[in-house]
Formats: sequence, C-alpha cells, structure tokens
Amino acid sequence: MILNEEYRLKVGLAEMLKGGVIMDVVTPEQAVIAERAGACAVMALERVPSDIRRDGGVARMSHISLIRGIMDAVSIPVMAKARIGHFVEARVLEALAVDYIDESEVLTPADEENHIDKRDFKVPFVCGARNLGEALRRIGEGAAMIRTKGEAGSGNIVEAVRHMRTIVKEMRQLTVLGPEELMAEAKKHQAPFELIEWVAKHGKLPVPNFSAGGVATPADAALVMQLGAEAVFVGSGIFKSENPELFAKAVVKATTYYKDPVKVMEACEEIGESKAMLGLEISKIAEGELMQTRGW
Amino acid sequence: MAGKTVGVLALQGDYERHLRALESAGAHPVEVRTAAELAAVDALVLPGGESTTMLKLLHREGLFEPLAAFGQQKPIFGTCAGAILLATTVTSPEQESLGLVDIAVQRNAYGRQLDSRVVTLPSALGDLEAVFIRAPIIRAVGPAVNVLATYNDDPVLVEQGRHLVATFHPELTVDPRVHAYFLTKL
Repeated sequence: MILNEEYRLKVGLAEMLKGGVIMDVVTPEQAVIAERAGACAVMALERVPSDIRRDGGVARMSHISLIRGIMDAVSIPVMAKARIGHFVEARVLEALAVDYIDESEVLTPADEENHIDKRDFKVPFVCGARNLGEALRRIGEGAAMIRTKGEAGSGNIVEAVRHMRTIVKEMRQLTVLGPEELMAEAKKHQAPFELIEWVAKHGKLPVPNFSAGGVATPADAALVMQLGAEAVFVGSGIFKSENPELFAKAVVKATTYYKDPVKVMEACEEIGESKAMLGLEISKIAEGELMQTRGW
Repeated sequence: MAGKTVGVLALQGDYERHLRALESAGAHPVEVRTAAELAAVDALVLPGGESTTMLKLLHREGLFEPLAAFGQQKPIFGTCAGAILLATTVTSPEQESLGLVDIAVQRNAYGRQLDSRVVTLPSALGDLEAVFIRAPIIRAVGPAVNVLATYNDDPVLVEQGRHLVATFHPELTVDPRVHAYFLTKL
C-alpha cells in the first residue's frame, strides 16, 4: 500500500468531500447554483452524460476556457474529466491545476487496454468501478478515490445500487477468509494481492468510496449512502431536472441526513411538484451504448 | 472529562476521522446533525470539509444560532473548514462565520489542491505532523488569542479560552495529541 505524503494528500482531499454532493456543471452560472445549494465540489464538463448519450460522437476533455471559467466562479474544489488512458489530457488538467481528475468512462476511452498511471501525478484521481477487482486495480494504478459507476446519464439508480452492493458484498466476503485463501481471491478479482490483504483486514477500501451514475432524486442519494457510499456524484440529475436549484438543495440535504427518514421526506417535499429528469430503462439502452462497460 | 460527551458536527466533511481521533485520545464521541443532538454534548468538533456546504446546512437546518450559543458556554475545536466557521472575519470570498475566535481567516490561501502539503512543525505540544489541504491562512489574531504553532510565520494552531483552532488536519494523522489537548478543555 503506497502511503507516502503525496498519496495521503490526495486521499485527504477525498476525505474532505465525504458526506457531500459533487455536481456536474456545464457553465460558471450552474457552478454558482451548485455552490449556493451546498455542493462540496463541482465536476466541470461541456455536456452532462445524458447529453453526451443523446449527441453521440466522441466525447473528450472539456475546453480549457470552460473549466477555467468554472474554477474562477466558485471557491469549492473543481474536478474535470479525462478520457480513460488519455494521460496527456490528464497532464493538461494538472497543468490547469484542477483539484481532482476523473478518469471517466463517460468520455470515449482513448486506450482500450490501459488506464493512466496515476501514481506519477500530483493531482489526485477518481476512477469508476463496478466491482471490487476493478476498484483495486484503479487504486493500484494510484486512484485516490473510487466511485461506483452506475450508468451515467440514465437517471436510473438500478446500476448504482448493483455496483455498490457488489463492492460492499465482495469486501465483506474477504473479511471472513483466512490468510492462506487471499491469493486465490487476488487471482479471482484480478487485483493486487496487497490490496486484497488490506481490504480483508479492514473491511473497506483504502480510499473513500463514493457513488455515481443514476442519482436523480433526494431519495436516490439517501439510498446509495445507506448502501455504503461515502458521498454522492450527481451528473445529469440536477441540471436536467425541472428545477435545478430545488433539486440541488434537496439532494444535499438528503445526503447529509441519509439515515433520518423524516429529513429525507422533507428533502423530497422541498422539490414540490417539479419533475426529476425523465431517465432511461437500462434494458432499452443498446449494449454498445452502455458507459459502465468502458474500463478494464 | 469523565462522564462527558464530545460531539462531532457531521453535516459534511471528514467527521469520521475526527470520531476515530477522539476515540484514540480517550473520548466516546457522537455524531451531531441536529439541534437536539447538539444540546446533548459537552464539547464539539467542527471537522474539515467545505465550509460553504456546512454554513448552508447550519442555516437551513436551524443550527447556526444554537451553535453560536453553544460556543458561549462550551468548548469547540475547529479544523480547516471548522477554523473558518469559528473565525470573526472570513475572506476570499467573504462569508458569514460564528465569530467565536478572534481571528481573520483567508480561505484556500495556499492555492488549490496542488499546493496542499504535509510538514513537520514545532508547537507548544511538541513537534506535530501537519497536513494542509486547500487550507486557510490565519491573517490576524486578536489579543485574547494564544498561538500554539506557526508555519511560515502564520499561526496554524491557536486557542482562545475554551476554543481550539487548527488550519491543518490532526485527524488525518495517527497522533492524538492535539485532540487530547482539546479534551483537557472540557
């Protein structure tokens, strides 16, 4: 387990984001709305995932001017996305001094075998995962935060639930095994042995584990928190809803008070009659258009 | 300290790390998210995280005034975002604060995440490992404030009567001395 000073700083910022909501924003104005609503960070990008899905084509790193405009507009941390394996986009974002880089399946992958060697960067990375093996491979490459992938831009929580439950279950299973059984587990999960050992001992990931991909309502946010997420990414769910300001505030409240049904009810009530994003049934998405299967 | 309860404000941020740090310093901490939970504790930690997020939730959930009143009677320890909430003046940008410790604080004063750092500092409690993450800088301290440690000549660990403030994160280290020192204020 790499626990040098630099890595501790990377994980340290993720610790500061816990219990909070990280919102996708595509303009400085949206970033200000997110900050005012209580977002603990924003993800600066050109199109939210549901628009990327609708438009098709190749999705790339956002324009620097756009990200810079968002960094100037708010005092909270700003994250930005690089394509899987596109280490030059990542270097550009590092040079821009964004606070976190998301090596994201929402963008079109640049490398279909390798992810970025993230250990070599000073800026911390977050990566998506659908299961424990994928999470530990990304941590092995230097990711300082994991988010379950869900299905970005779907507005459907079912995949986020599946991935969070899978990771939590696979971690729990490791904790009851003897040391002689762990190498076989490392083989099964295709994950670094030391990280399998670490999880078996502690019952959790060595970095914060957040949830993403499909959160569209306050109740969705509270659900993934109860399932074990330590913070929530909301992509299309805020600014594709009928009233982004109300949704943003309500999702923040439901994330903080996820254990308290009365407070979550209040959060649901705060959105009034305004509609959540429409959302997609996962089975209606063509297999080639799923984002969660990107990443190796 | 025996029989006393320490709370950690758990609206957002690294409250879990503070719970663990307080445990290793010998306390039995609880999470505080409501005015009723606040009323049940004898001291409170304001964790690291995003001060804007915490401030908004404090107001929306009717916790701001109870917390200001709590600080008139009972000890509060703020780290990073918590330091910003306790200050009398906050800049970059200006924002409201509890005004319980007579310090002027500039937010994100070292820069962005790339400027976060780990350093070893001499302090009144001995050498401390200090983890600064998008940290604020204390630009001025009032006469009632006692400086316990500085970094680059700026105060980074200060106390005023029952309250303690750190611009760094002792909760991210395995050293319980800063938390143990706070517990002596109970």
